[in-house]
Amino acid sequence: MSPRRYVGDAWVIARRSLKHIRRQPEMLTDATIQPIMFVLLFAYVFGGAISVPGGGSYREFLLGGIFAQTIVFGCFGIAVGLTADRSTGAIDRFRTLPISRSAVLGGRAIAAVLIGFVPVALMSITGLVVGWRIHSGVLDALGGYALMLGFQFAMIWVGILMGCLLDSPQAVQGVAFTGLFPVTFLASTFVPVNTLPGVLRTFAEWNPVTSLSGALRHQFGNPDVVAGSSDAWSLQHPAVYTLLWAVAIVAITAPLAVRAFGRVAGD
Amino acid sequence: MTGAPDVAIRARGLVKRFGDMTAVAGIDLEVARGSVTAVLGPNGAGKTTMVRMLTTLSDPDEGTVSVVGFDVATDANEVRRRIGYAAQDATVDELLTGRENLVMLGELHHLGRRRAKERATVLLEQFSLTEAGDRVAGKYSGGMRRRLDLAATLVATPEVLFLDEPTTGLDPRARNELWEVLDTLVASGATILLTTQYLEEAERLADDILVVDHGRVIAQGSARELKRRIGGEQIRVIVRDRARLDEAVRLVSAAAGAEALVDPDGDAIVVATDGGAAAMAAVGGALADAGVEVDELALRPPTLDEVFLELTGHSAADAAARADAGPGRGPGRGPGEAAA
Repeated sequence: MSPRRYVGDAWVIARRSLKHIRRQPEMLTDATIQPIMFVLLFAYVFGGAISVPGGGSYREFLLGGIFAQTIVFGCFGIAVGLTADRSTGAIDRFRTLPISRSAVLGGRAIAAVLIGFVPVALMSITGLVVGWRIHSGVLDALGGYALMLGFQFAMIWVGILMGCLLDSPQAVQGVAFTGLFPVTFLASTFVPVNTLPGVLRTFAEWNPVTSLSGALRHQFGNPDVVAGSSDAWSLQHPAVYTLLWAVAIVAITAPLAVRAFGRVAGD
Repeated sequence: MTGAPDVAIRARGLVKRFGDMTAVAGIDLEVARGSVTAVLGPNGAGKTTMVRMLTTLSDPDEGTVSVVGFDVATDANEVRRRIGYAAQDATVDELLTGRENLVMLGELHHLGRRRAKERATVLLEQFSLTEAGDRVAGKYSGGMRRRLDLAATLVATPEVLFLDEPTTGLDPRARNELWEVLDTLVASGATILLTTQYLEEAERLADDILVVDHGRVIAQGSARELKRRIGGEQIRVIVRDRARLDEAVRLVSAAAGAEALVDPDGDAIVVATDGGAAAMAAVGGALADAGVEVDELALRPPTLDEVFLELTGHSAADAAARADAGPGRGPGRGPGEAAA
């Protein structure tokens, strides 16, 4: 199969996912309304009780964490979409077509990347409204957004794997709330890690959600207390550490996801 | 290339196992070009598993399949280019309009955007969906979804059509509408393999019927041949006064010239006949002469259950119940869907 035809097929599948979102915008609620609620909740309710050691605006500190959490949760959309495609027989229909099996995954992934821009843009706007500002240069800021894109690409593979292993959108939500939700909280997402006790602090220091949050704060020139208060290598080099995680996640989950998809789409 | 050009589908010794359950236990099949073959059997007989192997969706554990001369194991894409497959649950995309569904499939068949659009318009017209074409398919009725599903299988003008239980779950009116559409397709000379639980459907649409049970073909022939094997039509009588049931059974047997039985529910007398309306009139006359009052007197074709009882010694309902109890779910299916 020629690469051009493959890309064409994937793009047809991607357009289908984009149409789904247009017809059913509530599918994006998790990725849009929820982070906005978190911004408002932490900026106005809890934020007053949290001080950023070394000074600086808590709201500016908050946005890096919110971005990171939004990116991590980006894997749920594609997972839910895939479970739906499996149970409605859409995958079977695609498989009786003269297209590559993986074009279905490729198309979903392209759509997920494009759809992923929506919550990031929305968070940026919400941030600006509550007082977040970018204090760095254009290149640093673009680097921040590029880092989000890279980590999002990694999370899409996690989503594909979940979509192949789990049987229903409910199961995806179950994993979301018992698995990934705590991971995004045991990090510097909402509070500086040096406020955490013992083991939790170590976990948070090496949690890629912390390094992603920290790297984004750094890129945008927002207050990030972590670097100064911890010797952990992960926090001294948050961008590199985050990218290493992204590469590792892709290296592990992509082959597993392709295999799992082969199994659910196979015989 | 394998197989003569006039053979559209040829399967030899097909076997498929799921764990320790054998869903298809050695099926041979030959479908001539331009013919319609029905695979008739209860839930769990292995019909869907068989169709999935014929359509490249599932690899057989044993045996070979060629479709229009291409081997499904080695030339799957060539097969996919030439077939249309409508799964048991109409797999239309509920969030796309009918037109978008067809255009998308046309594009994935590499017709190109423009030809895909033209083809969609033609098919919507052909399946009486023009008016509904720009509404999302999720709002369609059951019958409309099936028609759209059928239209979707025809996007690339396939040489062979596979329809898995095309009318299961439809109300009688929608079923009739779909049969009319299928009649047109059959008349146009399409090669079709369909599966069904309804003898009536197989009889109406198919030249050749394969009766399957437990993953094996237990009988094959035209509807007429199969019915002859099990005694053609039946006369069914319900008498008002149950006290005269035994007397009525004797009268019905004598008039029909065959042994009448009381059906297991104990309220109807059933007798096989080749005599059609004349035999029914004779039965009616005999009962009237004896003064036995009748609530119901009807001539009807044998049901699938009766075909089954005759061919296998067990009823189709039993077969389905056993299949449901077993680990009969094929991988790759969503939750709650039984592999049939």
